[in-house]
Amino acid sequence: MTVTGRAGRPGPAQGTGGTWRTLRPLRRMLTFWRRSLQARVVVSTVILTAVASGLVGWLVLQQTRSGLLEHHADAVVAEVADELSDAETRLSAASGIDVDSSGQRRDLVEPIIQRGMTRGYYVVMAGPVGDLGGRLTDGGAEYTPGLDVTSVPTSLERHFDREDAKPAWTYTSIHTRGGTATPGIAVGSQVTLPADGRAYTLYFLFPLDEQEETLALVTRGLLVAAGVLLVLIALAAWLVARQVVTPVRLARQVAERLAAGQLQQRMRVSGEDDLARLAVSFNQMASNLQNQIRQLEELSRVQRRFTSDVSHELRTPLTTVRMAGEVLYDARDRFDPPTARAAELLHTELDRFENLLVDLLEISRFDAGAAVLDLEDVDLAGVAHRVADQHRPLTEPRSLELVVIAPDHPCVAEVDVRRVERILRNLVTNAIDHAGESDRIEIRVDSDDHAAAVAVRDHGVGLAPGETAMVFNRFWRADPARDRSSGGTGLGLAISLEDAHLHGGWLQAWGRPGQGAQFRLTLPRYAGARLRHSPLPLVPEDAKEQVS
Amino acid sequence: MSHTAEPTTRGRVLVVDDDASLGEMLAIVLRQESFESYVVTRGDEALDAFHDYRPDVVLLDLMLPGMDGIEVCKQIRHESGVPIVMLTAKGDTVDVVVGLESGADDYVVKPFKPKELVARIRARVRRYDAVPSEQLTIGDLTIDVAGHQVTRGGQPIALTPLEFDLLVCLARKPHQVFSREVLLEQVWGYRHAADTRLVNVHVQRLRSKVEHDPENPEIVVTVRGVGYKAGPA
Repeated sequence: MTVTGRAGRPGPAQGTGGTWRTLRPLRRMLTFWRRSLQARVVVSTVILTAVASGLVGWLVLQQTRSGLLEHHADAVVAEVADELSDAETRLSAASGIDVDSSGQRRDLVEPIIQRGMTRGYYVVMAGPVGDLGGRLTDGGAEYTPGLDVTSVPTSLERHFDREDAKPAWTYTSIHTRGGTATPGIAVGSQVTLPADGRAYTLYFLFPLDEQEETLALVTRGLLVAAGVLLVLIALAAWLVARQVVTPVRLARQVAERLAAGQLQQRMRVSGEDDLARLAVSFNQMASNLQNQIRQLEELSRVQRRFTSDVSHELRTPLTTVRMAGEVLYDARDRFDPPTARAAELLHTELDRFENLLVDLLEISRFDAGAAVLDLEDVDLAGVAHRVADQHRPLTEPRSLELVVIAPDHPCVAEVDVRRVERILRNLVTNAIDHAGESDRIEIRVDSDDHAAAVAVRDHGVGLAPGETAMVFNRFWRADPARDRSSGGTGLGLAISLEDAHLHGGWLQAWGRPGQGAQFRLTLPRYAGARLRHSPLPLVPEDAKEQVS
Repeated sequence: MSHTAEPTTRGRVLVVDDDASLGEMLAIVLRQESFESYVVTRGDEALDAFHDYRPDVVLLDLMLPGMDGIEVCKQIRHESGVPIVMLTAKGDTVDVVVGLESGADDYVVKPFKPKELVARIRARVRRYDAVPSEQLTIGDLTIDVAGHQVTRGGQPIALTPLEFDLLVCLARKPHQVFSREVLLEQVWGYRHAADTRLVNVHVQRLRSKVEHDPENPEIVVTVRGVGYKAGPA
């Protein structure tokens, strides 16, 4: 087991407050959009419907328009044909009397212009076909008063540049002097004047006011229909989405409650649809989970019970044995030498046995998840001094130096003082065991706003690469051949690591062969807070220089 | 298991433990230390033995047949302030705190060293040593140290010897703040730091007896992060 910790980095710089404030409503909307499935369904349905109905509406409009206009154009062309045959009849009737072409032209066009004015169309009669460059705008044309002759499209004029041109029509916009442009149909046809035998082109311009109005009406109707349709579709989408989303939301709530530990929560199943089947599967999953968790809890309870029983059953006889051993040990002066030695061995080995039992029980309590914290505010510097004082009897005979380096301010953290003291005892005992001759063991303490740390440094044999993770393994020994002078159980560091984890803290080791080792305990200042960094470096300052 | 009364005895110890071997062993060790002892193996016999034997200290196991050790502890405490030391097989927080709250003065965790146990017993019978006559005040309380009596306005307040020691310790130096560790050393006789919950639990018990309002203590005042001190006289 290893403890890994990353140095905390400050988060990315926040944007300026002003920008955030203006963006907040937007962000809230985006959040709503991301979170609400229903809103997304409704909005996308409305957009799709709008696009579809727009397309259909446009097509309908185009169809209506072309239908209306073509129908009208046919009527107009027929009317023009009527008009012309009428005119030709008149001309042929008058042909013998008047041979003056301009007079004949007037005779021809004036009744038509008159009729046009009463019926609401405009007439233009161009000069004889074949006059080069003879365009309406050049003058010489007869037309309905007030009409702007540019209303006749040039393309249509060009069609009648030669004689024998078939009648033709096209759309145009009709301009009148001092009036607005209105869309219309221009129909052209040629007549031959008997007077000079030349062809003259007659243009009839029919305004499309009526058709325009009809189209506008249809468009308005379509728009209203589309609007109503959109609202209805949005409503329908909202209702349909609700039918799906409501059970999903219920499922989410149940899942949240399950996650919060209310394992008996289930979804209500109604009907046989997909959602009902989802609910059934969901409930099955919840039941399985609940069973698994119950089994685990039961196992854990049995384990805890067993630990507690073993603890009690073993401790009572051990106490008796221990006291008996003590009595024998105290009386060893009165025994013969082998028996006295036996009493001594019994005494020391009982110590080891007891320590091992205590550590084993502690480990099994961690494994059973039965370890609980008894938190209070503790000054770690005080704990360090206390632990150092307790270990002085061990260091003095070996002329080891044991110093506490603490800052002026108290290093207070919310911890279980018995566990932290045990960690420190283990670390210091460990350091003493591995220290060299006349070594200096340093206990450094420091804290900042978020964490408090204690590091125990020795300059002894150190740790080989890769051993820094293994030191926390149960019964692990750096060198199996090493003597067990301090009678350590081999569980001390494993228990310490569990203790550190129980606090949400770190216990890490650094070491290098020949340069000693450092163990660093980092604990959050407040229980439950996440650790991001340690106030003390894991690699000691003096060791860093040698590395570089 | 007999009422042997020796003139040189340093005190009478009632041992309540269901393990007969341990009881016998305890008797041997206690005799070596010049304590007289009597062993009971059942919880429901403990109270009768307590009445007959009139011990100076009770050693009480928590897991007992007949009657729970906690219950025995409560009943003894109900009628007497005699020092009770729990013998507990579990160092778990809950057991210890429940034991202390039901009236035990101190506890030792099995397997304990005989010397450790004897030190605990000695610390509890120590108070029978002669003390000079002394009159102390703390808050509106008057303490007669030699007479082992605490009075408020002439009315005596019943305290166990341990609670009395705790109060006297604080009252002797009214301006000093005592850390829990210092109190453990001075009142319980621990040379090394021990379980500070002992102090917390007994301060609560003491407050429930001497304070007007235990929620807002005026006699034994908490100094946050440090310990306790006597309230202003």
